[in-house]
Amino acid sequence: MNGHRFALSGAVLTALGTGALWWGARRMLVVSDLHLGKSERLARRGGTLLPPYEVRDTLTRLQADIAALDPALVVCLGDTFDDAMAAAALPAEVLDWLSYLRQGRDWIWIAGNHDPVPALAGGIHLPELHEGPVVLRHIAQAGTVGEISGHWHPKARLSLRGQRISRPCFLYDADRVILPAYGTYTGGLWSDGPELSGLMRRDACAVLTGPVAHVIPMPRR
Amino acid sequence: MQPLPPPIANWFAARGWQIHPHQQAMLEQARDPSLLLIAPTGGGKTLAGFLPTLAELATPRTGLHTLYISPLKALAADIRRNLTRPVEEMGLPIRIEDRTGDTSYTQRRRQRADPPQILLTTPESLALLLSYEDAPRIFAGLSRVIVDEIHALAESKRGDQLMLCLSRLQTLAPGLRRVGLSATVEDPEAIARFLAPHPHPCAIVQANPGPEPNIAMLDTGTPPPWAGGGGRYAIPAILDQVRTHRTTLIFHNTRAQAELFFHDLWLQNHDDLPIAIHHGSLAREQRERVEAAMVAGQLRAIVCTGSLDLGIDWGDVDLVVQVGAPKNVKRLVQRIGRANHRYNAPSKALLVPANRFEVVECLAALQAARANDLDGEPRGPGPRDVLTQHILILACAGPLDADALYAEVTTAGPYAALTRAEFDDCLEFAATGGYALRAYDRWQRLMLRDGCWQLRDPRAAQVIRMNIGTILDPETVKVRLRGKGSALLGEVEEGFASTLTPGDTFLIAGQVVRYEALREMTVEVTRNPGRDPRVAVFNGTKFATSTLLTHRILDIFGQPDWPDLPDHTARWLALQRRISRLPERDRLLVETFPHEGRHHLCAYGFAGRNAQQTLGLLLTKRMEDMGFAPLGFVATDYATLIWGLEEVTDSATLFDPADLREGLEGWLAGNAVMKRTFRDSAVISGLIERNIAGRRKTGRQATFSSDILYDTLRKYDPDHLLLQITREEALRGLVDFSRVEEMLARIGSRIDHVTLPRVSPLAAPMLLEPGRVPVEGAARERLMAEAAAALMQAAGLDELEAEGA
Repeated sequence: MNGHRFALSGAVLTALGTGALWWGARRMLVVSDLHLGKSERLARRGGTLLPPYEVRDTLTRLQADIAALDPALVVCLGDTFDDAMAAAALPAEVLDWLSYLRQGRDWIWIAGNHDPVPALAGGIHLPELHEGPVVLRHIAQAGTVGEISGHWHPKARLSLRGQRISRPCFLYDADRVILPAYGTYTGGLWSDGPELSGLMRRDACAVLTGPVAHVIPMPRR
Repeated sequence: MQPLPPPIANWFAARGWQIHPHQQAMLEQARDPSLLLIAPTGGGKTLAGFLPTLAELATPRTGLHTLYISPLKALAADIRRNLTRPVEEMGLPIRIEDRTGDTSYTQRRRQRADPPQILLTTPESLALLLSYEDAPRIFAGLSRVIVDEIHALAESKRGDQLMLCLSRLQTLAPGLRRVGLSATVEDPEAIARFLAPHPHPCAIVQANPGPEPNIAMLDTGTPPPWAGGGGRYAIPAILDQVRTHRTTLIFHNTRAQAELFFHDLWLQNHDDLPIAIHHGSLAREQRERVEAAMVAGQLRAIVCTGSLDLGIDWGDVDLVVQVGAPKNVKRLVQRIGRANHRYNAPSKALLVPANRFEVVECLAALQAARANDLDGEPRGPGPRDVLTQHILILACAGPLDADALYAEVTTAGPYAALTRAEFDDCLEFAATGGYALRAYDRWQRLMLRDGCWQLRDPRAAQVIRMNIGTILDPETVKVRLRGKGSALLGEVEEGFASTLTPGDTFLIAGQVVRYEALREMTVEVTRNPGRDPRVAVFNGTKFATSTLLTHRILDIFGQPDWPDLPDHTARWLALQRRISRLPERDRLLVETFPHEGRHHLCAYGFAGRNAQQTLGLLLTKRMEDMGFAPLGFVATDYATLIWGLEEVTDSATLFDPADLREGLEGWLAGNAVMKRTFRDSAVISGLIERNIAGRRKTGRQATFSSDILYDTLRKYDPDHLLLQITREEALRGLVDFSRVEEMLARIGSRIDHVTLPRVSPLAAPMLLEPGRVPVEGAARERLMAEAAAALMQAAGLDELEAEGA
């Protein structure tokens, strides 16, 4: 498995190169910030007409992760849909695709700031999920221990002999892990900005996504 | 002979001036629907363009009469000042105003309500004016449009956009007459076709070209170095020239080289001659100070780049020094025109080759300039990303009829051959995105209502207006001295800034500075008078040597001996001929030799820097597939040098044209240069918004890289319009595949592979070239792993990790 293993409040987790988080002991797959329907929302608001393929690409990658790991539970950690109308506008074949992915496993939708109310039938809708020693929610709360969250779309860069490589990344320390955005049309927030530097401990690490999940000290201010 | 109206004739007479024959010709042909004036610098070109306007406006009238368009904002403002004075002295009732991005909001509003008789503007400001609903009213009475420096505009997408705008102006004002003002060019007919409404003719007025310029290579005493740029070896000889002339312009090809040269020049300027530096990365206030000092005659020399190529008189320049090979004969000739900016005085110019190879290139350029053999790379048909932007701009002004718009845009010279299908693709892209998957039927950008296309959401007009233009500067960050209220020094490319670590030194505005921190998109620096700056690689526009010049260089190589070349260079070429061969025009020389434990291959394609770089990418990929384990390459204007672990014994298979073309479509399509090409077209066509300074990526995670869009389109919609445009753009610019094609056609299957025991005289300088490109591939993830592990260890986190997991 292409991933980096680390422990959070006793739970052994794997940050996958694909951007998903795997909790092997519970057979739980966590993905965050899919932002399905983003191109549709931008078009609706009179903005640009992006290539309308991000739903297909995001779900193709999710399907590959599910096929590789066969999780018993999939948790979508919020901002699964870019907004309620984007969810409502998803074509029938995408809804069928989502039902197909749900078959044979439990599925939990955590509410995010883009999708605060349940947008789809099927699966369980929760504001947050307490699972053994950890809590899963969309936005990290300072002072919590054992927390798995998303929302910030962290990214980091690594300098290689004059070349600079920037990748979406996981951030983790003794208290929490923040997932990268899984959706194809998502940007990132540098880990050395004030938000993420403020949330994470000084000894936090970043796991860069990609063909190999490289771990580095979290770049911070 | 057309008599001048009395106020103008009296004004000339009072000064004892006579109008030039070409100015008279412009007056006599003033009724021509299209008219192109070709005149050397200093030939009274601008006045020639305006005289008919002044004559017509001697009879008072209201409303916009003449629109003047210049590629430079500063030029528009200068012309306003220079034209207002004579107009006042003549007592003519004419209001003259400029309108650029620098004009105030109230002024711009007033200009729309009550336009002046003469409006001076830029292509982008004109496009913006045409996006307003009241454009038909503003331009209804327009009689003349004057396009200044049209030779420069015709070389870029700015010119294509301008010609589309003129086609709209012609519809709004059917009697509009067009005038183009051009410097000396190789093909005036091409500029005339560019300017005139297709298929109508365009008369050409040729001014007397003036006396032959006096050009020579600077004799420096010492031979130039084997490699590198900048010409710093020649500083003592150049300072001698500065001393014996009134004002000298010292041109460099890149801003970084200008900075390095200027820094060293000051260290050797023992007489404290007043010498300044001027280039596009410097803060505007700093540039304006230099320009003012020059006009006031306070400077003896200015170290500069193409930022001084265009524009009005810069004082009393009597010598132009070109440091580094000029790369392009036409640009050289136009630069030389900057010296003695007065008609009928010969210009004086000196060429300074920066390295040994450039001695040959300078000789070739000198011979071409003397023979008036100017190079021009013919431009392809008008690019469709510009057309798409134009459609969106016009949609902001009001509903569009597709048939009428097609008829209108095909009157623009660059778009004369545009097919209806190509036009429909652009309209479709503007309306729906043009995707194979029909996704936006409800949310189209343009809707067809009552037979006309219009914006579905009128608020979209604001976004479209913010994105007007085809100039895409690389993203830059400001450089400022640390401390409150400290001076802004200029800008560097963001990519360069991100490679800096605190303590690094670099050169900007002629000073060595020390990098301290990056804060809120500003690089903070402190002064550091140390003498060891890191090279500033900001905005280094690297022009490729033109096809004409490379052919002339190859012809020089073919001579039996070289009496015109300095002895040191002639002996170098003779040695190459004895040990290996000299490259020839219709053959490809490939040398292989061992050096420092690596096998090297040098291919002398003479295709120009960008194409040789592309060739390097394609060849190393082929070599990796064939098991030669290439490690890296470096490209110059004339060759690509590749090193690796295995020896290439038969190079013919590497240069199979079909394989190289396939590489462009396949592997190269995923490369960063193609992504950059895509991004530019995506911004111009309106698919993504340009980053407006101050508003951009201040940590907003909502924006994402255009690379993602490129990858997505390649995966799911490979025939999409924007990918077609990207492939067309790859024929020129950064990828420049048309030059690879030109080389392949030139060499056919005639490849001379020479195996040598050691590096050849011609290849040796290549080993000293900067800009080595490591070969990416499987090795990259391994390098990342090493770097990551080293960081973890340095931070003491590796042990923590071992405990945690």
